[in-house]
Amino acid sequence: MNRTRLVAIARKEFLQIRRDARSLYLAFMLPLLLLMLFGYAISFDIRNIRLAVLDRSRTAASRELVESFESSGYFTVVGHLARAADVDRALADGHAKLVLVIPPSFAAHLGSGRAAEVQLLLDGSDANTATIAQNYADAIVSGYSTRVTLRGRSVALPVRAENRVWYNETLESRNMIVPGLVAVIMSIIAAMLTALTIAREWERGTMEQLAATPVHRLEVVIGKLLPYVGIGLFDVAVATGVALVIFHVPFRGDVLLLAGMTLLFLLGALGLGMFISAAMKSQILATQVAMIATFLPALLLSGFIFSIGTMPWVLKAVSRVVAARYYVSVTKGIFLKGVGLDVLAVDGLAMVLFAAVGLGLAIRVFRKEIA
Amino acid sequence: MSSGSLLRIREMVRKEFRQLLRDRRTRAVIFVSPLLQLLMFGYAVNTDIRDTATFVVDLDATAASRRLVDAFVATGYFEVVGRSDRPADLVRALDHGHALIGIEIPRGFARDLTGGGAAVQVIVDGTESNSATIAQGYASRIVRRFALEQAAAVGALPSGGVDLRARAWYNPNLESRAYNVPAVIGVLIMLMCLLLTALAVVRERELGTLDQLMVSPLTPGELMISKTLPVAVIALFDLAAVSLLAIVWFRIPMQGSPLVLLPAALLYILGGLAVGLLISTVSRTQQEAFMSMFLFFQPSIILSGFFYPIDSMPRFFRWVTLGNPVRHFLEVVRAVFLKGAGFIDLWPQYLGLALLAGAVLWLAVIRFPRTMAG
Repeated sequence: MNRTRLVAIARKEFLQIRRDARSLYLAFMLPLLLLMLFGYAISFDIRNIRLAVLDRSRTAASRELVESFESSGYFTVVGHLARAADVDRALADGHAKLVLVIPPSFAAHLGSGRAAEVQLLLDGSDANTATIAQNYADAIVSGYSTRVTLRGRSVALPVRAENRVWYNETLESRNMIVPGLVAVIMSIIAAMLTALTIAREWERGTMEQLAATPVHRLEVVIGKLLPYVGIGLFDVAVATGVALVIFHVPFRGDVLLLAGMTLLFLLGALGLGMFISAAMKSQILATQVAMIATFLPALLLSGFIFSIGTMPWVLKAVSRVVAARYYVSVTKGIFLKGVGLDVLAVDGLAMVLFAAVGLGLAIRVFRKEIA
Repeated sequence: MSSGSLLRIREMVRKEFRQLLRDRRTRAVIFVSPLLQLLMFGYAVNTDIRDTATFVVDLDATAASRRLVDAFVATGYFEVVGRSDRPADLVRALDHGHALIGIEIPRGFARDLTGGGAAVQVIVDGTESNSATIAQGYASRIVRRFALEQAAAVGALPSGGVDLRARAWYNPNLESRAYNVPAVIGVLIMLMCLLLTALAVVRERELGTLDQLMVSPLTPGELMISKTLPVAVIALFDLAAVSLLAIVWFRIPMQGSPLVLLPAALLYILGGLAVGLLISTVSRTQQEAFMSMFLFFQPSIILSGFFYPIDSMPRFFRWVTLGNPVRHFLEVVRAVFLKGAGFIDLWPQYLGLALLAGAVLWLAVIRFPRTMAG
């Protein structure tokens, strides 16, 4: 590998990127936009669930039950229904997510020591919200129930669960999303920037010119890669800075370890993007393939948001070859768990392997073209 | 429209179709990748908690503590992946990510149970906060039920109380897939519309063939129609194919009528095409077009309620989502698939889609001829 030629290629690519000011601008804007959206707009914290009430008991006891739903902070009572027929309507048009039905016999049963039944009708179409709402409702009703039956006497329940959350004590969704987002951002850079770089030369006919120069394939691949490595590292640094300074995501591990792993992942992702670019020779195709091969797996199969544990075994198996999966466990491990290389050894090995495979593929395919 | 105009559009549309379908790989992108993506999304986007990996440290090792662990396992939500009598092992299991939940039953649990005031520690890995929230809720419920049974068994608890009978409508088993798969359809259609329209126009500009078209008798309006019509046909075809896959493969029941879906789909596709055209007017290269598209696509998915509930967003972002066609369309597909909603239920969504499509189309029609000339 000749240094002068390598630098020349890198400079050419860099000039090309710089001249295309808008692409560069977007390469920096998009990560920031994603960070802002994920940081400010998104929350898995389910609150203010819209609740409608059909109270057919209309007693002090039933009002107290409704009151305990409201005061929990999880539910907002959006309407009191008059008839059973209204239940259908309220759920169908999405006005309410769940309806609490209190039967006429509620207070009488409660007073006589028989079990009083209340019904909870949920809009199950959004299964996630419904499941969480059901858990909240269950806790509220059973709290109410023990309060009422034990009124005047103090009998504590024999066991209670002490819930603890580790690594992300406040269960803030932002804390778990932002570290993983770094992996997604890098996959986007790979798909948006590198996947186009060689396909563009083919479409514009400049590939023949490049082939006619004495430049070695290794120099082309590495030279073209270098400016993107710079952009990628810059993006990651900015993202990490924003995460720490603006969103106050905890950082408990080693910065250098994160930097090293990031560099390896970046090399692999960019190499893969370049391989796709060289193999497809068309920008439309290359972007599509890069989306499916790098961006979507990083979004869906990395454990970034969607838990791998709940996937069917086929996807679990597929996720094992998705490099982003290991990188996400590295970022979450370093940001939130504060673990070191002893725990992340397997993931680190995966990063090394990924970088080697990504670069190897890019170099291999590129040789075929020039020959 | 004159007959000459119709003829020109027909020829142009034929050329576009040929160009799109000529290449085997492009055909694969148009027809196979939506199906592939539906499979990926359909299986991956899943929030059901089943068999969560759980690590148990039972320091008491009595009949009572074993009964509690059994109560956890019996629900199907938790699966014991490891046991130990050293709390350090629990820490390791969570650190390595081998388990998401740790249950620690302290020594003297059975003794405290009869005396009242026993405690059991439930530790969840908060790095997956959605799963953690749900698992925590289940765990509290299981322990509460266990406590009530214990209390009732020794007669400490008066009979009666309140029973909650919960029933889920539209999706009785609370499977998240039924909610997510129809939404994926909407996301894929938008992606297809944006990508094919924006890149097709910009590609001609980049290759210089747009100049050839400029000197042909084709008017900008005719060019717009002939560029978007083939994409609309492909998008509708993909919509049908992907919906069919959702129904046949994922067994998502289609409660409503496709006829309710169709007008919304047409408006939605029209809006997507208009956005694609608009992007093509601000991009000189395919790379720019692709990135501008991404800049629109990503936020519109995040703010669509696709996976992140709109109700949980801050008020400002809730307002922003009203200007997002993806939000309105997802509400329509989900309501048609799961609730069997009709025209009357969905009029606000139709209105939203129509207004947005109209506005963007108007912008595109103004801008497109100008950028062609420039």
